[in-house]
Amino acid sequence: MDFEKGAFYFFATILILAALRVITARNPVHAALSLVLSFFTAAALWLLLEAEFLAIALVLVYVGAVMVLFLFVVMMLDINLDRLREGYWDYLLPALVVAGVMVMEMAVILGGRYFNLSEMPKPSGADPGYSNTRELGGILYTDYVYAFEIAAVILLVAIVAAIALTLRKRKDNKYQAPSKQVSTRRADRVRLVSMPAEKRDPGEAS
Amino acid sequence: MIPLSSYLILGAILFSISIVGIFLNRKNVIIVLMAIELMLLAVNLNFIAFSYFLKDMAGQVFVFFILTVAAAEAAIGLAILVVLFRNIRSINVDDLDQLKG
Repeated sequence: MDFEKGAFYFFATILILAALRVITARNPVHAALSLVLSFFTAAALWLLLEAEFLAIALVLVYVGAVMVLFLFVVMMLDINLDRLREGYWDYLLPALVVAGVMVMEMAVILGGRYFNLSEMPKPSGADPGYSNTRELGGILYTDYVYAFEIAAVILLVAIVAAIALTLRKRKDNKYQAPSKQVSTRRADRVRLVSMPAEKRDPGEAS
Repeated sequence: MIPLSSYLILGAILFSISIVGIFLNRKNVIIVLMAIELMLLAVNLNFIAFSYFLKDMAGQVFVFFILTVAAAEAAIGLAILVVLFRNIRSINVDDLDQLKG
């Protein structure tokens, strides 16, 4: 068994165990942490497939941002676990049947003679000067530039939607009203009062 | 060397695990969202495996866009979850019966 095969089976085992832990963990925080582990292991598998940029993007964007958001929300909510767990195993049998049938079908198709694995040999290794990031950026900013811009708009809409959903008006909020600030006049703020001048008391030392 | 079918079967196993997860955790919206993320991960694994074996960068571009959309989906889903919890003090799917459907 060479190193690549050993690494693949090592990472695949960790990935499957972490995925099982995600769906069976009692505590949602443990589930989120297991999801972090599975994303990390998947990034290692993507490195084996020579998709270096996406592997690092998965770690930075998913483990770094999305999973922290998950953890944040999980810890913020006060969840009654007992009610969520009641009847947990009720649908185990149909779930296992569905999942087992799907894996069996894929295994039958992929392992059969007609899949013709020999038509897809392992590609030759990349040149020493090859850069996955440069290659990906090269077609991302030329062939797929419109799709890229739409993706940017989707992210913008997601930001606006997330803020608009969670924004709430509170009665005791203190906020500035710029229109009122701008349209104010001197007469509204300053009152000039004319007072008679007073003489200083001569007995008191200044 | 590792054949393409190993990666595809691993993706299928991951996908089925998340389906089982959605069946089992049908009351807990947070875990259902996490299972959906796992599903997207399985799909991305297939895309990258095909991209590697077919020597076609288009697969990786697709994974890039899937990651973008999945991040947006997670952000909006969690925002909806927070609003839901603020309104009914629960994330149990059984409590979501205000539409009386």
